[in-house]
Amino acid sequence: MNAAGTRRAVLRGAAGACTVALAACTRRGDRALRFWAMGREGEVVGELLADFAREQPGIAVRVEQLPWTAAHEKLLTAFAGNATPDVAQLGNTWIAELAALGALEPLQPWLEAERTIDAADYFDGIWRTNQVDAAQSTTSRSSGDTPPSGGGPARSGSSGGILYGLPWYVDTRLLFYRRDLFERAGVRTMPDTWAGLVSALDALQRAGTPHPLLLPVNEFEPLLAFALQGDEPLLRDGGRFGNFRGASFRRALGFYMARFASGHAPSISAGEIANLWQEFGRGTFAAYISGPWNIGELDRRLPASLRDSWATAPLPGPNGPGASTAGGSSLVVFKQSRRRADAVRLLAYLSRPDVQLRFHALTGDLPPRRSAWSRAPLAGDLRARAFATQLERAKPSPAVPEWERIAQEMQLVASRAVHDRWSIEQATDVLDARVDGFLAKRRWMLERAARSPA
Amino acid sequence: MKRAPWAAWVLVGPAVTVIALFFALPVLAGLALSFTDFDLYALADLRNLRFAGLDNYVHVLGLPLFWKALGNTLYFVVVGVPLSIALSLATAVLLQSPLARFKPLFRTAMFAPVVTTLVAVAVIWRYLLHVRYGLVNEALGALGLGPFDWLGDPAWAMPSIILFAVWKGFGANMIIFVAALQAIPDDLYEAARLDGATRWQQFAYVTLPMLRPTLLLVSVLTMAGYFQLFAEPYVMTQGGPLQSTVSVLYLMYEEGFRWWNLGTASAVAFLLFVLMIAVTQGLMRLGRRGEEAAAG
Repeated sequence: MNAAGTRRAVLRGAAGACTVALAACTRRGDRALRFWAMGREGEVVGELLADFAREQPGIAVRVEQLPWTAAHEKLLTAFAGNATPDVAQLGNTWIAELAALGALEPLQPWLEAERTIDAADYFDGIWRTNQVDAAQSTTSRSSGDTPPSGGGPARSGSSGGILYGLPWYVDTRLLFYRRDLFERAGVRTMPDTWAGLVSALDALQRAGTPHPLLLPVNEFEPLLAFALQGDEPLLRDGGRFGNFRGASFRRALGFYMARFASGHAPSISAGEIANLWQEFGRGTFAAYISGPWNIGELDRRLPASLRDSWATAPLPGPNGPGASTAGGSSLVVFKQSRRRADAVRLLAYLSRPDVQLRFHALTGDLPPRRSAWSRAPLAGDLRARAFATQLERAKPSPAVPEWERIAQEMQLVASRAVHDRWSIEQATDVLDARVDGFLAKRRWMLERAARSPA
Repeated sequence: MKRAPWAAWVLVGPAVTVIALFFALPVLAGLALSFTDFDLYALADLRNLRFAGLDNYVHVLGLPLFWKALGNTLYFVVVGVPLSIALSLATAVLLQSPLARFKPLFRTAMFAPVVTTLVAVAVIWRYLLHVRYGLVNEALGALGLGPFDWLGDPAWAMPSIILFAVWKGFGANMIIFVAALQAIPDDLYEAARLDGATRWQQFAYVTLPMLRPTLLLVSVLTMAGYFQLFAEPYVMTQGGPLQSTVSVLYLMYEEGFRWWNLGTASAVAFLLFVLMIAVTQGLMRLGRRGEEAAAG
């Protein structure tokens, strides 16, 4: 979509939101709560807000849509120009970055007053992606109202940092596989260990699928999932240095590289598969690692004859069921908002299990609360159930602003190691050196903060 | 006559102001930025900004990726510029040939890629170059060649980009050459023919020397454009595979707007600026020496 088209879409979205929350654009003028939402979520969230408007006639909400591709830049520019909204949807890997900017309002004190939010009901790994170490905040610009209780103690299950976001929907990666092809190769139950997966892939190769597992070399999520399965953290000393030379990552990288060496995975990038779903339907590959949106895509795109021949399974780990990534979007409140109490009320409304199930029906996004998963339709959906199982084991990536770059570099080094047949030591040495470079400024800032606690 | 300087300033004033505001000032700000470590943290709070002196330049010059990007860019320039000029000159000469039919049609057809949207045609080229379903590989397959993984193989990705960029851009230079060819007086060719010159000799001893100023102009313009390679890899390969299509400008974009290291990004920009000045100066000197030689 070109820039003008995007702008039109945003205007349309804003206009649509105005008709939903009538009060917003007519009587209250610009005093409506500004809510930035991205992509598909931004298109449909207006439908959920009609009920909110009935419940809270005093709080008008204006949804402003952002395309995902421009969202990150828009948020940073808005911060630089003191034009941040009241509430926003935020990819949970961006939270550390915006928290470091001092743009986000800590939510814990506000949530003490909202009895409907129970941290223990959220998948633990997802909840923790919304927490950032206290040492990272660099500024404190604040205005308007204050939290009702002057910051109570943190709840159980939510230790380890300041809470800056409330999970809205979740994303994790697991195996999509062709059950018929696995069965033809004699694999009846999906393995839950790496060794089991390797022998299943061997069997598939013998049964006539030369490259049974698709691991696109330009996507970091599969390798990250394997890396998170180990016990050691990926960064050490509070996010000051890379820990890719640690045993956990070396093991994960070894497993990853061996998949290419053994031919289990073809060494290609995602762009070279012209149509992923079509090739999956053809049986060019029998399994790939991906996220929840593919449930809907495969339902739509595969022919009816293949409807029942694919399934989802949690990721196998080094010694039993493995962890995976903890992605998705959260809802955040900006520090500069003058209406933070109203903003938190909106967050609480959107976090109700029944509202989350309506949201799931509209978008296919998976809810972050276990109580939503125990109800229909999710409780009965077998393909979604695998995600619920996987989400119980989801692990957050290190919460440092530099993480996105580190993850990209990790994948870059891994794909070079696959292509040039580097040794694991060579790859991890290079990676640690580069990551330590990315974190240099962070180290300096942390040291300075430690020297002068003011 | 006394009022002339004053009147002159009034007349050039608006233009000078605009240039100062929108050109000189940003360039100076960029230069200042390149001596700091301006990044996301500094955006949050200016107290997090450090004066870095030449650190950014030292850092960039020590970065293997910078040298790789520079190598990729030089590869693109050294192969792409002569190829583009040769192709546009050849098509211009063919279009000027008295034997050519349907001249307006061909001229329009070959100029068409210049006015198309780069992103749109890049998407089409991605289809053409697709390893399994692309027309290019299908055609080569019919000849018993390939298949080549054009955009997925580090060895082929840059040649593919060059091919695309040359196809996209040669029409513009072709039009300049057509105009220059039309300006060559016919009696020169007539005299050459009377002296018994072959077609090739006419081209080498009449056309080329008469085109010298145009060739110099076209070389400088094309080279300046090709050094700023960005959109093609951004749309077609995102710098991959294995960073084989990362250009200097692409590196600058990634550092600056993806990772918000604006200090480093500015240093990259000024290094590219210095390099382009040097190369263009070299080319101009070469052109002047050629002129003197021709005159003397």
